[in-house]
Amino acid sequence: MSAEFSTNADPATPETVAVSRPPHPLTEFWYHFRQNKGALAGLVVILMIATIAVLAGVIAPHDPDIQYRDAILTPPVWQEGGSWTYILGTDDIGRDMLSRLMYGARLSMMIGLIVVTLSLAVGLGLGLLAGFFGGIADVLIMRAMDILLALPSLLLAVVVAAILGPGLVNAMLAVSVVVIPHYARLTRAAVLAEVNKDYVVASRVAGAGPLRLMLIVVLPNCLAPLIVQATLGFSTAILDAAALGFLGLGAQPPTPEWGTMLASSLQFLQRAPWVVTWPGIAILVTVLAFNLLGDGLRDALDPKLKR
Amino acid sequence: MLRFILTRVSLVIPTFLGITFLTFILIRLVPGDPIEVRVGERGIAPERLAALRHELGLDRPLWQQFLDYVGNVLSGDFGLSLVTHNSVLSEFIALFPATLELAMCAMLFATLVGLPAGILAAVKRGSLFDHGVMGISLTGYSMPIFWWGLLLILFFSVGLGWTPVSGRLDLIHYVEPVTGFMLIDTLMAGEYEAFRSALGHLVLPTIVLGTVPLAVVARMTRSAMLEVLGEDYIRTARAKGLDSGRVIGMHALRNALIPVVTVIGLQVGTLLGGAILTETIFSWPGVGKWLIESINRRDYPALQGGVLLIATSVILVNLLVDVLYGVLNPRIRHAR
Repeated sequence: MSAEFSTNADPATPETVAVSRPPHPLTEFWYHFRQNKGALAGLVVILMIATIAVLAGVIAPHDPDIQYRDAILTPPVWQEGGSWTYILGTDDIGRDMLSRLMYGARLSMMIGLIVVTLSLAVGLGLGLLAGFFGGIADVLIMRAMDILLALPSLLLAVVVAAILGPGLVNAMLAVSVVVIPHYARLTRAAVLAEVNKDYVVASRVAGAGPLRLMLIVVLPNCLAPLIVQATLGFSTAILDAAALGFLGLGAQPPTPEWGTMLASSLQFLQRAPWVVTWPGIAILVTVLAFNLLGDGLRDALDPKLKR
Repeated sequence: MLRFILTRVSLVIPTFLGITFLTFILIRLVPGDPIEVRVGERGIAPERLAALRHELGLDRPLWQQFLDYVGNVLSGDFGLSLVTHNSVLSEFIALFPATLELAMCAMLFATLVGLPAGILAAVKRGSLFDHGVMGISLTGYSMPIFWWGLLLILFFSVGLGWTPVSGRLDLIHYVEPVTGFMLIDTLMAGEYEAFRSALGHLVLPTIVLGTVPLAVVARMTRSAMLEVLGEDYIRTARAKGLDSGRVIGMHALRNALIPVVTVIGLQVGTLLGGAILTETIFSWPGVGKWLIESINRRDYPALQGGVLLIATSVILVNLLVDVLYGVLNPRIRHAR
């Protein structure tokens, strides 16, 4: 009965298809996204860094941990004394910069992925609970989020990392905790905007349970702002994890994490600027690419900005 | 008006209690026994351990310990530093003006550069200037500021020798701290050479700390201006023949400033967080550097007190911005 009804009402029947068929959402999204050159550039750079990260074991010219004792502080190839063996030079104990940066890309991408997944999962859950059930759950959750937001994010990350002890895993946990409120608030706001719409009421009347309502009915319609925030979350995660590494609270040497690399060769700043320059450029380019992509996604996904 | 202010203040109290609870709990999450952490003795006799536990109130229920802690904090007792044995509050107060001076200069720099850049970008929308400002501000927003500081030191201090590398004042000068603000103290003492030295020391840290807020202010100003410039009353103003400068400066800017002021207020947290990195790079004797040193020395009471005090100042500044915002904009005041 209902199947028959929906076939009749299907706008894609042969008579109407020629008149107007709305473009597939992805097609429409790509149309808007493509116009933003910056976002495209960001996407390309991210894909490149991701490729390097995945293939680091194959394409890196050297082992990132091997110390070439006869090539300590070799400058990059285009400077006097540089050599093609170590294209971007070597650090203070003779490790190849390029190889370390490539393995660092792997770490940074992993940090971004884990932090975003963790904080998104927790924030999404809290936001759904707060938005759906309201009342005391809402008050308690959102108050807790406000408290986390009242602390400067880097300060909170520093404190959490200091309490948990320095290390890459703890740094990722610290950064995840810090960004949870952003996802929780966004999810809650999106849920509140959707929850009283007719289609939700209809599912509720049709007998959908709270879990189904939350995860299958409402959540897909709340995804746009979360996708944008998650993209921007990559840049925050990479930046904050590098800052923790720089402060000695993140990944520990000899891990080729970019912030840690920077900190451990700090005293060679004057003698060999490249040991400090490259990791910084790597962080900047990666973070910038994610920010460009996030901006582009926001423009393409936000219906209010579409013309 | 009074009711508006009271509502805002009462909203802050739970947040403050929450932060206090958070710092109270955090210190209990430190691995290892609190006595060992505090006293630093190993193989301690059981009687002495019990006595110490009792002395520090650690044998009492957690909620009672928390109430004690809140009571202490409210009466200004943030405990003693494990390393210097000074009161945490007095150490904080001695260092806070240095951080505040740096943060205010950074905010001033961000506003003075970011606001005009954002306005011009909006007015010349789509131009090369607009794209330039937006590109630069996105880069600034993505900048790892610890690296940015090192680059500036390498270029301006080491390479060109224009600015000092670290600290607040050259060693040859000494100025009795009155306000704690080096710029004001040197002027009040009439030491113009020292003033110049203080100013020179401020330049690079200000730029480094101001970079992210600058990017945020420029972007926010641009988008707020673009929104306002599309309004009907702007068209009306233009239609009645006002010159462009007046329309932009008087009619558009005033309304565009409202969201910008909020964003500037919200940057205070970013500034105090960024101060941790900036002060570490430039050996700036403020609370950010002190906090990192406390962590490295495992001085947990100092860390606990410092975090609580910084968080409290962020909350207070946000409250102030909130109230000011209500004073400036009646629409907000009467919305609740």
